[in-house]
Amino acid sequence: MPTVIHASDLTKKYGDFTAVDAISFEVPAGESFGLLGPNGAGKTTTMRMIGGTSTRTGGTLTVMGLDPETHGPEVRAHLGVVPQQDNLDEELRVRENLISYGRYFGLPYSYLRPKADELLEFAQLTEKAGEKVTALSGGMKRRLTIARGLVNEPQILLLDEPTTGLDPQARHILWDRLFRLKEEGVTLIVTTHFMDEAEQLCDRLIVIDKGRIMAEGSPRSLIRQYSTREVLEVRFGSERNATVVHQLEGVGERNEVLPDRILIYADSGEAAMEEVTARGLNPLTSLVRRSSLEDVFLRLTGRSLID
Amino acid sequence: MTEIAPGSLADSNRLAYSGRALPPGVQGARARRLGWWYFTEHILRQMKGYGWPVLVYDVGQPLLYLFAMGVGLGAVVDANAGTIDGVRYLTFVAPALLVSTAVMTAAGEMTYPVMSGFKWQRIYYGPLASPISPGQIAFGHLLAVSFRFIAQATVFWGLMQLFGASASGWSWLVIPIGVLSALSFASLLQAYAATLRDEGFQFAFIQRFIVMPMFLFAGTFFELTAMPVYLRWIGWLSPVWHGTELARVANYGRELAPGMAWVHVGYLLALLALGLVLANRNYRRRLAE
Repeated sequence: MPTVIHASDLTKKYGDFTAVDAISFEVPAGESFGLLGPNGAGKTTTMRMIGGTSTRTGGTLTVMGLDPETHGPEVRAHLGVVPQQDNLDEELRVRENLISYGRYFGLPYSYLRPKADELLEFAQLTEKAGEKVTALSGGMKRRLTIARGLVNEPQILLLDEPTTGLDPQARHILWDRLFRLKEEGVTLIVTTHFMDEAEQLCDRLIVIDKGRIMAEGSPRSLIRQYSTREVLEVRFGSERNATVVHQLEGVGERNEVLPDRILIYADSGEAAMEEVTARGLNPLTSLVRRSSLEDVFLRLTGRSLID
Repeated sequence: MTEIAPGSLADSNRLAYSGRALPPGVQGARARRLGWWYFTEHILRQMKGYGWPVLVYDVGQPLLYLFAMGVGLGAVVDANAGTIDGVRYLTFVAPALLVSTAVMTAAGEMTYPVMSGFKWQRIYYGPLASPISPGQIAFGHLLAVSFRFIAQATVFWGLMQLFGASASGWSWLVIPIGVLSALSFASLLQAYAATLRDEGFQFAFIQRFIVMPMFLFAGTFFELTAMPVYLRWIGWLSPVWHGTELARVANYGRELAPGMAWVHVGYLLALLALGLVLANRNYRRRLAE
């Protein structure tokens, strides 16, 4: 597939602070590409440089073969953007928001009127077409923002923390809509600090921390490379966790001590649990689960994704 | 690097690429040319939502002023002084009131709404992700507001005709004069409002110590020359006085010193140009953060 985004040593500095530190990546058309990292990792800054609304300090960047800094309007005509913070016009009605936004792309009303209706159907908001935006729930606003981002038929959709602040049901509805776009061949660029979202949505992702790429690959390959198949989580109570940990050495491939629990990385969580009991330790609670991207992040940075 | 041919993935049944949208290159070119107008459309669409209250205000305010100052105060002035500048007081004061109310509207439209665009409703940030630019957003907002000035001045002029407050066939020129005066103040205020982070004392200060003095001391109710010399600078600096002088020429043929009409027009245009440049710069800076 042809490359739609190409970044090489992309850098952004604000004074002494380096928000994005020489990152390089390529995104082929139709891929769902993720930027996973904690808040402040440089994900939003990267998104803004892709849209040409933030200038870069160094490196090269092309979107659809164009430099966003010199061809901002043309690049943004290729993009649909769903920002972290909804910025719908609350004084306009739901459908008016789509039409009004479509005008920014020079699109004629004869195109926009039927398009707005199709997008409302896609966003499951047809019945809300004439409502004020203030009457929508958080999930509905997010879907309207996504619909708005599609009004110009972009080949690339940028989603900055698409489900932050939504309840689980609203998240699943949103993911379902994004899957449909992916099936239609839209390239999705997703930033998130939720590992489950990255696992759900992304074909491939880069793990970013402090502006640098820590790892790159598909969710499965990253888990295989940086973690074990399973994880045993044991809790001895917040005071005992630290004192018990040396007795757990060698149970799994490696242990991580978190403030409230100890993570034991092993290919078989059950076998690890038997070993813990065999050593005469009786945790208050224990849980065996599959490794996730959270574990990958912990391994790479020594910190959790969500502070 | 290969660029995907526009429409190569098009399928009319698909939501994402129906192939009906204009090619991205055309979208970008249109936005470069007309982006400012697209933002004007947006603001006008918003204004439509509160069209009735605005109309009531734009009819009601001139009525109040024309009755109170023109008819009421006018009766007193005319009974005592006969005429002022060779005409009835109503004819003298009405064009000045038109200019003043237009400038007051500018003060309302370019303070809180600008802060809201950056801070509360954040409507400047939506289009930022579209092909249009910050400078186009600034200009588009000012242009939308100028439609409001045009409507307001036209209504005011119409009411002046009903009150018989004009004494010249050129009196309709008070409409563009009022709009120009309002725009020159509006553009500067817009540029300033774009630099403010928080709602502090600034807007109230502007209202009390800039807008009100312009209304009271810039030759609206009496000749600027009636003021002591050390207060006349208020008039010289304010767009209200320059607009008022011009509006009086249009409304009843007031005679100005040779060349002064050009000085007034030039001053208002210079303020407008300065405001446009500063607003463009300030919007660019603020929206790039």
